[in-house]
Order: sequence, then C-alpha cells, then structure tokens
Amino acid sequence: MSEQLKTPTLIDVRGPRFSATLTVIVLAIALATQNVWVLALQAVVFAIGAIRGPQFTPYAFIFKSVVQPRLRGEVVTEDSRPPQFAQSVGFVFALVGLLGAAIGSVPVFSIAVGFALAAAFLNSVFNYCLGCEMYLLVLRIRTR
Amino acid sequence: MKSLLPLIIVLALATAFGMWHKLREGHFKVRKAKAAVLDAQMLGAPLGSRVTLVQFSSAFCTPCRTTRALLSQMTADMADVAHLHIDAESHLDLVNRLNILSTPTTLILDKSGTEVGRAVGAPKRDEVLAAIASVK
Repeated sequence: MSEQLKTPTLIDVRGPRFSATLTVIVLAIALATQNVWVLALQAVVFAIGAIRGPQFTPYAFIFKSVVQPRLRGEVVTEDSRPPQFAQSVGFVFALVGLLGAAIGSVPVFSIAVGFALAAAFLNSVFNYCLGCEMYLLVLRIRTR
Repeated sequence: MKSLLPLIIVLALATAFGMWHKLREGHFKVRKAKAAVLDAQMLGAPLGSRVTLVQFSSAFCTPCRTTRALLSQMTADMADVAHLHIDAESHLDLVNRLNILSTPTTLILDKSGTEVGRAVGAPKRDEVLAAIASVK
C-alpha cells in the first residue's frame, strides 16, 4: 500500500460522486463506440486518481471550478482514501480493457469497460462504496 | 456508434444489483445456525453486561465512519450495551472465522457473547434500537 493511501485527507463527498458521473458518461461512450482512445483517456484520469488522489483528477478540477461554487448546503466531507481505492480498481479494469484492445479482443475490451462502467454507475447513482465491498475480500484472498 | 446493446446490458445489470444491494444494506439478520460465540479476549475489550455491538471497519470505507459515530453516540448512555470497534485489516483471523465479507459489518452479541444477528452495511438508528431491545 502506498504511503499516500495512509494519510487521510478530507474532501467534499460530492466531488467523487460528480467525478463518477463523468466517468459513467466517458465509459459509456467508450463501450458504445468501442473506442480505445476514449478508454485511454479515462485510464489516465483513473491513474491520477489512484496515485495522487481523487481530488487531483481533471474531473475534480471541473467540480472545484464549475460545480462546487454553485452548490449550496452544508459541506459533508469524507476521507479521500475510499474513493482513491475505487480509482485504483477502475484503473485496473481500464488497463485490462486497453490490453484487450491491444491484442484485438473485443470481448476482453467490452467486459473490462463494462465492469468499470458498472462500478462508476453504482457509485454515482447508488453511492456504492467499492472499498467497503472489495478491500476485505482482496485481503482475505491474499492471506489465504 | 457500434452497438448500444452492451451498454444497455451493463446499465440494466448494475441498476438491478444496486437496488438489491440497497434493499439488504444495514438490516440486522438473525443467524441461528452458525452463531459464533465471542469473548473479551478475542475482541480485546470486555463485553457489555447485556448487549455488545461489534463493528468491523476498514480503511477504504466511508460508511464505517458514520456507523462508528452513530453507534458510539447511541450506546454512550446505555449502561448495559458496549460498542466495540475493530479494524478488520489487523484482525483477519477473526474476520475469517466470522466470515465477514465487507465493511461495515456490525455483529450483535447477547450477554454470553453469542452472535444473535448481524448487519452488513450502515444500519439505521431505529433498527439498531430494535435490535438492542430484542436481545434478552
């Protein structure tokens, strides 16, 4: 686990959900058009979110400069690590999808993009917490 | 545009899964068949005199924070109820033995330390109250 993942930073909870919505749109386009470059773009966003943190992606920048100033109400914060974990999972799926495209396999590309899209959709619409569901399973499998 | 079919399938499955997940989230379920018995030594803290809530949390889990705050605030003035908070990652043996799959998972124990129910996901205040009240 990288050191960044151990340092909690509090961020506006609406940021990651806004980013998840943009991710849904981008991945939906990638899946419907079978476009590798759209997925590559999203992979770069995932990589930034996974390595530096979800508050440093281009989507987070749009949130901070355009969306957040227009939002009212109490700001609820969350630890940046759960969404950062989700970005890492998204990055892995995006990599598998790119690999699928590189070897010319449409099923690998589609299934990988499909999983990443499903995760982003669940996060955006249902506030689904990927880290809650996956992290412990990963640990349990690793120590088996 | 190649085909919208994969997109439609993914969104339909994700919607169904999301709704199913929301429905079962946070409800205390009785587990009679495989009820575990826990003691202060395993948990690292004494049990409550009537009820113990054992919450398992992990690092990448936003609802764990809200659940922890809710349970500790609710149990603060309940003399016979203890709220124990356990970091799942550093207690993987216990996690494996109790078959905890995700966080937050909250077990409710009676005074003998026997698991009488568990809630997966963030529980609601009313359900926690009802679950605590139902323990003899």
